[in-house]
Order: sequence, then structure tokens, then C-alpha cells
Amino acid sequence: MKRNLKKYLSLGLAAVMAASLITGCGVATANGDTSATAATSSASTAASSDATATSTAASGDAAAATSTAATSGDTVKIGVYEPASGDNGAGGKQEMLGMQYANSKTPTVDIGGKTYNVELVFADNQSSTDKAVSAASTLVSSGVSVVLGSYGSGVSIAAQETFANAGIPAIGVTCTNPQVTEGNTNYFRICFLDPFQGTILANFAVDNFKAKTAYCLAKLGDDYSVGLCNYFQKAFEALGGTVVFETFPEGNSDFTSYITNAKNANADVIFSPVSTEAAALIIEQASSQGVTVPLMAGDTWDSNVITEAATGKNIDIYVTTFYQEGGNKDFDEGLKAYIDGDATALQNNGGNDMIAAVSAMGYDAYYVALEALKNAGSTDPKAVNDALWKTTYDGVSGHIEFDQTNGDAVRDTAYVKKANTETGTWDFVAEQKAK
Amino acid sequence: MDWSVVLPYILSGISVGGQYALIAIGYTMVYGILRLINFAHGDVFMVAGLMMIYFSASMPMYYSIPLMIIFTVLLGYAIERAAYKPLRTAPRMSIMISAIGVSYLLENLALYVTGGLNQNYPGIPWISDSITIGGAVTKRVTIITPILTIVLVVALILLLKHTKFGMAMRAVSRDFDTAQLMGIDIDRVISVTFIIGSFLAAIGSLLYFTNYTGVVPTSGAMPGLKAFVAAVFGGIGSIPGAVVGAFIIGICENLIKGLDSVLMVNGITSQQFGFATFSDAFTFVLLIVILILKPTGLFGEKQTDKV
Amino acid sequence: MVAKVSNKQGASPKSFQNKLERHDRKTQIVADLIVIVICLAVLFLLDSVLDSSSMIFVVLKKTAVYAVVAVSMNLLNGFTGLFSLGQAGFMLIGAYTYGILMIPSGDRASVYQYFDGGIVKFSLQEVFAGIFGGNAGVGIFFGVLIALILAGVFAALFAFLIGLPVLRLKGDYLAIATLGFAEIIRALFQWNTIGGLTNGSNMLRKFPSFDSIVAGWAAGSPFVAAHIPFFSTLLPMIIAAICISLIVMLIHSSYGRSFKAIRDDEVAAEAMGINLAKHKMLAFCTSSFFAGIGGAMLAMFQTTIQANAFKSSMTYEILLIVVIGGIGSVTGSILGAFLFVAASEWWLRFLDTEMVFADAGTKTGFVIFAVAIVALLAALVIVKNRGKEKKDFRRIAIIAAAVAFIVIAALINYLVSPSMNVPLLRSGFRLVVFSLIIMIIVLFYRRGIMGSRELNWDSVTAFFMKRRNADKEGGEKA
Repeated sequence: MKRNLKKYLSLGLAAVMAASLITGCGVATANGDTSATAATSSASTAASSDATATSTAASGDAAAATSTAATSGDTVKIGVYEPASGDNGAGGKQEMLGMQYANSKTPTVDIGGKTYNVELVFADNQSSTDKAVSAASTLVSSGVSVVLGSYGSGVSIAAQETFANAGIPAIGVTCTNPQVTEGNTNYFRICFLDPFQGTILANFAVDNFKAKTAYCLAKLGDDYSVGLCNYFQKAFEALGGTVVFETFPEGNSDFTSYITNAKNANADVIFSPVSTEAAALIIEQASSQGVTVPLMAGDTWDSNVITEAATGKNIDIYVTTFYQEGGNKDFDEGLKAYIDGDATALQNNGGNDMIAAVSAMGYDAYYVALEALKNAGSTDPKAVNDALWKTTYDGVSGHIEFDQTNGDAVRDTAYVKKANTETGTWDFVAEQKAK
Repeated sequence: MDWSVVLPYILSGISVGGQYALIAIGYTMVYGILRLINFAHGDVFMVAGLMMIYFSASMPMYYSIPLMIIFTVLLGYAIERAAYKPLRTAPRMSIMISAIGVSYLLENLALYVTGGLNQNYPGIPWISDSITIGGAVTKRVTIITPILTIVLVVALILLLKHTKFGMAMRAVSRDFDTAQLMGIDIDRVISVTFIIGSFLAAIGSLLYFTNYTGVVPTSGAMPGLKAFVAAVFGGIGSIPGAVVGAFIIGICENLIKGLDSVLMVNGITSQQFGFATFSDAFTFVLLIVILILKPTGLFGEKQTDKV
Repeated sequence: MVAKVSNKQGASPKSFQNKLERHDRKTQIVADLIVIVICLAVLFLLDSVLDSSSMIFVVLKKTAVYAVVAVSMNLLNGFTGLFSLGQAGFMLIGAYTYGILMIPSGDRASVYQYFDGGIVKFSLQEVFAGIFGGNAGVGIFFGVLIALILAGVFAALFAFLIGLPVLRLKGDYLAIATLGFAEIIRALFQWNTIGGLTNGSNMLRKFPSFDSIVAGWAAGSPFVAAHIPFFSTLLPMIIAAICISLIVMLIHSSYGRSFKAIRDDEVAAEAMGINLAKHKMLAFCTSSFFAGIGGAMLAMFQTTIQANAFKSSMTYEILLIVVIGGIGSVTGSILGAFLFVAASEWWLRFLDTEMVFADAGTKTGFVIFAVAIVALLAALVIVKNRGKEKKDFRRIAIIAAAVAFIVIAALINYLVSPSMNVPLLRSGFRLVVFSLIIMIIVLFYRRGIMGSRELNWDSVTAFFMKRRNADKEGGEKA
């Protein structure tokens, strides 16, 4: 009797799971549209062999769900290749926020006379170059026409060949390392490059702080911070200064020794363009160690994580970035409303509605992609790739057009901002043009 | 040679060493009894930090601290019950995989819940204030940590040496099977070990995150690993050894970070060698040197190999 | 077992089966070839039927890479009993050797941007192309072959140096020491001072990858160009097959038996005259050799390598694959590699996407199913433990009921809320589910999927013979 009861219960469980699968698939096809990367038969079969209860139910019926902003009709898919976890997860989420906001504002596009729904397909590259290829492959196999991303030059470089082999163009949003677009014809970029940014920062340091010695602190193994420090070093030494360049290992929390090193070197400025979680620690420890010299960084520090860490502390922070809040009132208000209206968006933005420059760039990237699709006249990735070379767009971050050698945006302005330690916001300092 | 240049690094080293010590004790106690490297310990430490952030966001400090400690202890107990107890009779590798699996699960759960975003640890009044010692500026928690560590270690050693239960714990770590035959309740001993270990991890996380105020899901991995190395370095199973090992590792780590700077300030070298790259790796170099010279660690006892 | 002696000569299915059962070597080889042809046909079919960008090809390539590393780790941990956590370090050495030697000299300046083009100024495929009179195809072939072998050799060399002090240690100390060496190697390769060789913190790229090699063939042959996924998946599989065959041959040799003896009882093995130090070093170096080749294959798969990615978490992933597949089973490692890669990279990806219910009807349907499943599971747990002692049973029943109650309450709360988002589905959920699955496998399938069994002709024929004999006996009884 006991064994029979167990058998019946197990059979009942299996039957329920199977039933949910069938209905799930049924509902999906009835709607005529399947959700983003889901609802392939492989996903359902995997779901049935899944042992955990709620996730099985979720996955079985996830096939019944449809992704946001998709209704019946023709769809064009835009891949979003961003980190949602790992060191760059915070920045990646804020960049995606801009794209999601743009998608909610403009969910359709007219290509070759027909109206298409624009669907964002998302793949998380986990900020790690060894997960890059699989994340990129997921996008490729979803049939996207163009990819936006990534935040983080390393993962962009790592995925470039995968996109190239599939013939899919990619638009880098805030990846500033030159190697992303170098030597290939399928990666484009709408932001400025590190050599430019490094020069601007070096000039700013010398002009405003009369800096003779700079202490550069980069994260070991992170090509973005090491690369930018290299360019800063070149520019700073060209102006006659000396640079002490050190790296800290990943996962390091104790920066007090590095700050002591900076003091010993009599640094006039500390330059540390690292990702936000390390940056928050550096700021906090620098202030409690009584650092008096200014801290400088690149675009990764333009985030409310930094302003939160700096609030109430006696520290000067200067960053170069792509966009200054207040540059475009409609965009600012619209994005703030979008963030405040959605709990997940609010959490992804760090808990408040301060606009990160990467969100503005993500917003512009979406529209550049739409422009390219319109110019291409079709959703074929090759056509979009060819059309991108000639695409221009005036976005919230300025005029965007691509140079014909690498596909880099022709940019000559960077905004310098200072963290206001009392109000917890950014103060606009200067608009630096290339000399 | 200007020795005062070295002082700030030693201070940093003592501070971080004390924090490693609190975590290392948890590792060494569990290993002594179960012969298990509890990979999940570092992540319990990280979860304690996250709990504190969430609790203090909605409750005043004098509620959130005890609540955090209670929940961390419960977490440690639950992990032992769910993931280690069923595998006590399984081959050694299985239980180690289970520990890695729990660590993986905790990290991914934290990632999922926090969204991977850096969380700022609340400032605990008084202990997070800045003070000046001998020209070096640091936080008050830097001084409190070693003192608190030593107090807790003394209390723990008293517990082990002078109570009946402590004797039971020592017996189990000496000989697991015979202790059972002698009528000692193994389950209780193991549970209490994990409870003490988690308690120390909770206190450790309080001090650690007050000093380094950012919490991300991977915050516990490196300190956990270094704490374990400290425990092995000092002699696995020996609590004073773990503490001494932790301090030595903390100080050496920071001296390596400052080596280039110290050498240059004293005019010994004129260019940088990038020694700071090896600050993490040096911990392992120390470990390997000790294991080769004295395989059972600094204070470890020689294990006789029964044939 | 009684083998039916057949009077028929030549190839008939019955005599073929008999020969298999009698472990006739020649028949086994023929059977192997048949299976290989079938596998190739299946792969070809997949290529023709599925879109060339389908995830299955990516998964199969990565499986091949991880399978090699998993089997090499199994050789060390499962067959010799040496618990080592240093695989990531050896993979790193192998990957970097391959990368450093194979970047075309024309691309070196851009890859080694901050180091003035780097120290190494040649590349193997160009050297060989030069030797064979400018033939690029031959150049690539020999270049890749020699680079892979050198990758393994350098890894084995480092293993030898590391093994000298470390292999004396026992059990967990060995694990931590090898883990430490892996971290030291990683820090070394990121050291800026030797950046001329390793490119420091920056990535190595532009070396030949699986896709680029096949693209090179495709340029010359329209057949290849029409079946690129087939060939680009075939290439890593061939390399993996060769490596794994070599390891299996080693395991079946007298060395393999010595390894197993060491695993079972070191002291007894020594008493039997097995030179512990020599055999341990042999196992360690061989395992590292293949881990190095695995690292080079990973480089060919990823198209870029960065030292930072070869963390201890990569070793843990390989360890999980080995344990899930079964410690001491080569087939288990291969199977485990496939399941691990497929589950984490492909099957569970949808859990990361936020999805919305189409209408209230589906939402209610979903909640009902979820409640039903939770209730059934709780009931199953309670019924399963009915036989235990009263005290234990009560505790389990209360916990199961409480958990079920909380989950069902949450589900009902969700039902009445206006949100149309599928609950829980958010980025990061995939990894949570994946970790839960791993915990379940580790807790309930302790021996892994295959235990220490292998899938070879002996076990297959034994399985079918057992079934046949059972049927016969059942038939006789009836």
C-alpha cells in the first residue's frame, strides 16, 4: 500500500509536469510569438527533466509567456550583449536601462515599407571573457540582425570573431579600448576611445592641479583599466610628468597599502579607472586615510555607486564621461520617469534615478541601430553591416557618425564632472575638446 | 633605512590579519573534526555581510547586529545539516564537492538577490571612525580587531580546555570513530562546531566590512581562501596556530604590496618591479614553503600514519 | 556464460554478436568503427538539418574541450587518488603557449600594443609554411599540431617542477598546494614585467581558432564551405578523441594498474614494489600534459585568452564535471562534460530572460500548476518517510508542510497581485537553478551518473546478455 501510494504520487507529479509542458507549448504557438530566447523545443525537453519544482513549473509555462513589447506581426531582433553579473554587472545593467527605455519609447521601426516590432534579445556575458563566446553564440542562434554592446572592452573583443563569423554587426556602446574595432569590419562604436580619454585626463590633471607625479592604480587582468592607464601614462609623461603604475589583484578589498604607496610617491593625483565595486572601496579608504589629492577616473566611475560612496566624505573626484545630466531635458525627464515607474529598473539603477552616462549612450545606440535598419531596408545582418558605415544620428550624447577605417564614432568632446560630496550628485566642471 | 615607512603597511597587515584570523578559526575547527575544507565558510561570511546591509536598512543598529548573528549561525547550522551530514559516510571527495556546491549556490543566490551590484555596508558608530597612530591614519576598527580576536580566541581555548564539552570536541578531532564508541554525541559536537564557526564568521564579517565597506557576492572567496591558507600554515586543527598564521599572512601580504614603494623611498631601487602583482600569490608561496619544510604547519602535531 | 557456437563462417549478425560477447578484439574494433561512422553521420545530419548558428554546435565544441580536461583530471583524482586542484594553472600554460606561438607576425604589433609588438616575432604556421614552400594549408596543419604538443609539453614541464616538492604531501594538503601553484602561475602570467612575452593583463588574440581554420579550408573547397558547422565541430572532437584514447590506453596499461593500486592503498602498493614517487610524478605530468592541450583547445574555441579567466573557479567546474560523471569513469567524465556545458550555457538560458504572461488565464494556469507540484512534492516527501521513527517523521513532516505552506502562500499572493511578470525569472536565476541541480546531484547521486562503470563493449554486451538470460529464466519459470 505504501509503495503504491508513493508510485501514484510520483506518477501524479510527472503527469502534472507533463501537462504543464503541453499546455505551455500549446499556448505559445497560439500566440504566434515565442519568447525571447526560450520556447525552443530543447528548452521544454530540458524543463521536463528538471528536478526542481517551481522552476519546472515556471519553465514549462514560461513557454506560454511572451517577451515584453512583442505582439503579433513581423519582428526584428536586436541583440543586447551586456554583463548583468560580475565586476561590470552594475554598469551593464545601467547601459541596458537606456536601451530598454528607448525600446519602450520606440517599439517599432519601418523597414522597407513594412512596420516591424523591435524585440530586444538579451545575453549575459557575466563580465568574463571565457563566457563571452557562448553568450555571443546564444544571440547569434536567436537570429538577431544587429548587436548592441558590451559594457567592458574585454568581453567585446572576445566576442568579436563570433559575431564576424555569423556576419552580424555589433555596435559598441561604451567600450573604449581601441582593439574592439581594430582590424575588423563588423564592430562599430559610438563612444570615444581610450587614447583620446587618456589624453584628456592627463591634460586636465596638468592644467588644473599642476600635477607632476601621478599614481595609477589598475586592476590586474582587466584590459580596460590597464589600457586606459597606459594611455594616461603616455600622455602624462609626454607633458613632462612621472607616473607610478601599480596593479591590484582581483578580489582585493584592502587598498590602504596602495594609498600609502601613493603618498610615499608624493603623487599629486591618483588615477584609478577601475570598475565600481573596487572604486567604492578605494574612495572610502582614501578618505579614511586622509588623502588630500584628487582622485581621477574615466567613464566607469560615472555612476551613482561612486556618488554614494563619496557622500559625506572629504574627497575630490573627477571623471570624464560621455554625457552630463541636464544636456537634454526631455531625455532626462523621460528616463527618470521610466526608472521611477519600474521597481526592477530602479534596483538596476542602484536605487535612485540619477542618470548614468552609459544609459544615455545605450539609448543612443538603440536609435543608431534603428537608423541602420532603416538605411539597410531589410533585416538581413549583412545589409545592416554595410548600412552602418554611412549611418549618422544626432543623439542625446551628440552627433554620431562613423569613421571609414575602423567604424569608430568621430568624437571630439568629453565631459568632466566632479562628485558633489554633499548632495550626492555630479557637478559639471568642463567640456574638454581634443587639443 | 627608514623603518617608519614600513609602519603603515604593518598596521594594515595587523588589521586584515585579525579579520582573517576570525575566519580561519572557523576553518580550522571544522577541519579538525570533520577533515573537511569548508569552502562555504567564506561565503557564509559574505552572506552575513549582506544580511547586515538588509537588516540595517530597515532596523536600528542594536536590532540588526544580534539578528544578523543569529541568522548567520542558523545558516551555518542549516548548511551542515543539509549538505554535510548526509555525506558523512561518503568518500572524501563527495563531501568536498558538496562544500564547493554550497559555496557556488550561496554566491549565485547572492548574485541573484543583489543583482550583482555593489552594496555599501552601513557605518557602525564608533568603530568606523578614523584615528591617527604614529603618523598613520586608519580606522578605529583596525585596532579593535586584533584585540577582539585575541579575546575570542582565549575564550574559545578556555572552552576547549576546561569544559566537558570542550573535551568532547577535542576527543572527536583526535579520533572520530573511537569518540563515538565512547558515547559522545557526534551530531551535537559537529553542530556546535559549525555554530561556533559561524558565530566567529559573523563577528568577522562585521569587522571586515566595517573596514572594507563594499559587499559583492564574491567578497567572501579570497578572504576565505586566505583564511584557510592561514589555518593550514599555522597547523590545521590548532587554533592559536590559525591566529598566528593569519596575522603573518596579513602582514606579509601588505608588505609585498608596499615593497616597491618602500624600496624606492629608501633609495634602494630606482624603478618599479611590479611586486604588488604577487600580493595574493605570495600567500601561497608562504604556504608551500611551510608545507615543504614543516608539512603539518607551524604548530601542527605530527600525524602518525597507521598501516 | 555460454556462447552459442555458430557453424556459419563470415559476417552474419549472430556470429558478430557472439564474437563481441567473447571479447574478440577484431570484432570490437569493427564495432568501434561502425559507431564512429554512425556518430559522424548524426553530426552531418545535424548540420544539414539545423541552422548553422544553432547552439548545439557551440555546446559540442565546448564539450570536447572540457571532456579532455575532465578526463585528465579524472586520471589524476579518480584513478591515482591524488587530489589536485591545479588544473586551471596548467590549462593556462597550455593556452598561452598555443597563443604566443601562433599569432601571425603581421598581427603581433596590434595584439602586443603596449609592449612594442612583443618579444616573439615569428609564428609556427608561418615557419612551417616556409619550410613547405609557401603552402599555407600545410603550414597551419603542422603549426597547430606542433603548437598543441608544445602546449602539453610546457604544461607537463611546469608540472614536473611543481611536483617535485608537492607530491610528497598527503590528501588535502596536496589540494591546497596545487591550488596555490595555480594562483601563482596566474599571477606570473599577468606580471607586467614579462608582458613582452605574455601581454600582461591584456588578451591574446588573432591566433587560429577552430572557426578560422575551417574557414581557411572552406576557401579552397566548396564542399567544406557548405558544411562549415560540421567540420568546425569535427575538428575539436577529433583532437579530443585522440587525447582521450591515449589516456584510456594509459589506464589499461600496467602503469594504469599501478595508479589504481596507489589510489586504493599507498602503503600496500609500495610494499608491492611500486615506486610511489615515479608513478605519482608520471600521473601528475600526464594529467598536466593533457590539461595543457585542453587549455590550448579552449584557446582555439574562445578565440581570445586572458589569464584572469583561469581562476580557481574553473578548476571547481572541472571537478564538478568529474564528480557528476563519476570519479573513476572516463565515459562519465565525457557525459558529465556534455551535461554541464549544455545545462549551463544552453538549456537554462531562458531562465535569465524576463518574461510576461500573455493574459490572466495563463497566469492563473501557471499558479495552479505550481501549487499542484509543490503540494505533490510535499506529499511525496511525507509518504516516503512514513517508515521512520515517530520523532523523525514528525519533524520531517512539519518542515515539509511548513515549506509547502510558505511557497503556496507566496504563489497565491502573487496571483492576486497585478504583476504580469513571471516571478523569479531575472538575470542570475539560471545560475541559481544550475547550482541547485548540482547540489541535488551531489547529495542524491553520490557516485555520479556512471559511478566507476565505463561504457564499452564489455559492459554493453553484458547488459544485453543479462537481459536475455533474465528473459530466458522468466520464460522457463512461466
